[in-house]
Amino acid sequence: MWLTWALITIVIAGYFGYTLFLSDDKSEFIVGPASHGHYQIEMACETCHTDAFGGPEILQDACENCHADELKASRDDHPKKKFTNPRNAELLSLVDARQCIACHTEHQEEQTRAMGVTLAEDFCYHCHQEVGENRPSHKDLAYDSCQSAGCHNFHDNRALYENFLVENANKPWLNQISKLKAANFSHYKAPKPEISSKSETTAREAVAIVNDKIASHSDIHQQWAASVHANIQLDCAGCHLIEAGKSESRSWVEKPGIESCESCHAQEVAGFTSGKHGMRLSKKLSKALTPMSPTLARLDFHEQAQHQQLSCNSCHNVHDLNVQVAAAESCLNCHADEHSRAYQASAHADLWQAEISGEAEAGTGVSCATCHMPRVESNRYVDKARTIKEVKVQHNQNATLRPNEKMIRPICMQCHSLEFSIDALADETLIKNNFSTQPAVHIESIDWAMKREQ
Amino acid sequence: MLKKVAIACVVTATLVGAVACSQQTEVSAPAASKGIEPKLFTDSLFAVMNADRANYTKLVVARLGPKGSGVVKPDEHWEEFDNGTLLPAQMFRAGSEAVAEVTDEFTYSLQSLWPIGKQNGPKTPLEKEGLQYVVDNPGENFYGEETLGDVTYYTGVYADVAVSEACTSCHNDHKDSPKTDFKIGEVMGGVVIRVPI
Ligand code: HEC
Repeated sequence: MWLTWALITIVIAGYFGYTLFLSDDKSEFIVGPASHGHYQIEMACETCHTDAFGGPEILQDACENCHADELKASRDDHPKKKFTNPRNAELLSLVDARQCIACHTEHQEEQTRAMGVTLAEDFCYHCHQEVGENRPSHKDLAYDSCQSAGCHNFHDNRALYENFLVENANKPWLNQISKLKAANFSHYKAPKPEISSKSETTAREAVAIVNDKIASHSDIHQQWAASVHANIQLDCAGCHLIEAGKSESRSWVEKPGIESCESCHAQEVAGFTSGKHGMRLSKKLSKALTPMSPTLARLDFHEQAQHQQLSCNSCHNVHDLNVQVAAAESCLNCHADEHSRAYQASAHADLWQAEISGEAEAGTGVSCATCHMPRVESNRYVDKARTIKEVKVQHNQNATLRPNEKMIRPICMQCHSLEFSIDALADETLIKNNFSTQPAVHIESIDWAMKREQ
Repeated sequence: MLKKVAIACVVTATLVGAVACSQQTEVSAPAASKGIEPKLFTDSLFAVMNADRANYTKLVVARLGPKGSGVVKPDEHWEEFDNGTLLPAQMFRAGSEAVAEVTDEFTYSLQSLWPIGKQNGPKTPLEKEGLQYVVDNPGENFYGEETLGDVTYYTGVYADVAVSEACTSCHNDHKDSPKTDFKIGEVMGGVVIRVPI
C-alpha cells in the first residue's frame, strides 16, 4: 500500500519538478490569472520570479526593475525609503509599505481592484487616522474615498497636491486651444552608415538589389520619396539591407523587424516595449513571447483586427510615415471599446478633423495620441552653452493612463483648467462618452484648499 | 485539487530546504564587536548632523535664497522649479534616507511635537518623552532604550533649535503648523538617533 503512495508522490513531484526546472511551459504553476498590468507576460514567469528560492526581496527587485524609473519621475509620495526608519515598525506591521506586493499582490484576481491594488480600499486609515482632527473638511470622510474620489493618489500627486490646487484655482474651464509642440529629432541616433562604406563589390551589388526592388515597387518608392526618411537620405538599403552575421555582405530583408527601427528610434521602442502594446517584446522578459495581439487582449476590439500582431508598423505606415494616420486612425482600426467608439462624435475629434483637413493650424487637433501617446518636452544638456529642448512622443500608452490624473498636467491642462480636468477625469460617464458632455461630478479639493487660504 | 496539493508539497520541501540553508549562514556570521559607547556614538553623529544642518540653512538657503542673492528657491515642492532647492528639513531627511541605503547601524530623523509634516510627529512613546524632555530642559539631551519590532535600540534625542528668523517665520506662517508663536532660540523639535543594540 505505502509503496503505491510513494510511487504516486514521486510521479507527481517528478512531473512538477520537471515543469518547474526544465520545461518551457509553466502554465501549470500559475496560481491565478495575473492582473491587468501583467497578464500579457505571465508566461515569462522568471521575469518576476527570478529565483525559485528567493524571498520577497526577489519580487521587490523585479517590480523595481520595470517600475522604478516611472515611480521616481512621478515624485512618488510613498517611496520605500520613507518607511525604512525603525520608528515605523508598528505601522509596517499593519501594511509593510516597503514592499510593492503589500498592496499589489499578483495572481489574486478576486481581490484585485483598479491599479492592481489588492488591499482593502480604506488602507489610508492605517497611517492617516488623525487627518480629520487637523482638517475640518476631512472630518467625516470615509477612508475608502481618499484615493477613489479624484483627490489623492498613493504614488503620483503631481497634479493634486495642495499648493498646486491653490495656484491653479479659479480658471475658466477652457483657457485656449493650445498648439501641440511638434516632435523633433535631436534624440534620434544617426542613421546607419551608407552602404558604400563597405567594399566596392558589395556596394555595387547592394545598389543593384535596391534598384531592382524600386523597379518592382514604384508605389512604395513614391511614398518613401515624400517622407521624412527621404529627407534625411535614409534609403531602402538603410532598413532592408541587413548585415548577415560578420560577413561584409548584406542581404535584403523583406520585412525588417522592430530592431531595425530601434537602431535609430531607441527612445520610441523603449516606450513601446514598456506599455501594453509592446511589453511582450520587452528585453526585460525572461523569454521571448509573440507580439501582442487583440486575440490575447482583455479589451474590446474590432473583429477584423483580431489577428493582427503589434509592432511599429501596425500603427505606422513605415514608407509614407504619416503620423496623422498613426495618431488616430491606426488606433481606431483595432480598438472598439465604448470610449474609442465615442471618439468620432466628440469635440476633440472635431478639432482633429479640422486639423487634418487643413482648416485649422497644425497641432490644434486632439487625436487619440494627444492624450495616450503625448508629446513630452525635456531639456537635454549638451554642454555649458547648449541645452537642447527635445520633444519626444511617449510611446508607452500607459504612462499617462493609470491613474488617469497623470494626464492632467502634461495633457488636459494644456487647454483646460485644473478644476475641469479633475472633474472630467473623475466622471465615468465622460470617460465612456469620450468627453462629449460637461462633467456631472464635482470634486471639492480645490474649494477646500481655497478655504484654507482665507 | 490534486494539482494544488502537489504544488503545496513541492513548495513545502523547497521552504524546508531554504530555511535550513539560511540558518547555516546565520551561524557563520561573526557577532559584531561593540567598541564605542552608544552615547558617544550618537553624540558624535549629532554633532556632524547639526553642523551640516546649520551650514545648509545659513550658507545655502539664507545666502542664496530669496533673503540673499535669490539665485535658488527653497521650496517644499522644489522639484517644480529649475532653481528649486530643498527646505532645511527636507535636506536633512534626504541625508537620512541616503544613509539608510548604505547602513542600518544607525538611523535618524527630524521630529517635533508641533510638526508641519504629520509624519514628523512622535510615533513611539520614547520619542514623545524625549521630545518633551528637550523642550522642558534646554541645553540637555535625552537618552533611552526602546524595543521596536523585535529589535532593541539605544535612542538619543537632541534639541533642534530655531537658529534664525527664517525658521520661526516659515513655521509660524505655515498653514499646517500647529504652533504659530515660535521664537528665535526656542526648541522647535528634535533629532532622534537610534542605534540597534
Ligand atoms: C521655508 C520654510 C521653512 C524654513 C525656512 C524652515 N522650515 Fe522647518 N519645516 C518646513 C516644512 C514645510 C517642514 C515639513 C517638511 C516635511 O513635510 O517633512 C519642516 C519641518 C521641520 C521640522 C520637523 C517637524 C515638522 O514640523 O514637520 C523641524 C524640527 C523643523 N522644520 C525645524 C526647522 C528649523 C530649526 C529651521 C531653521 C533652521 C527650519 N525648520 C526652517 C518649513 C521650513
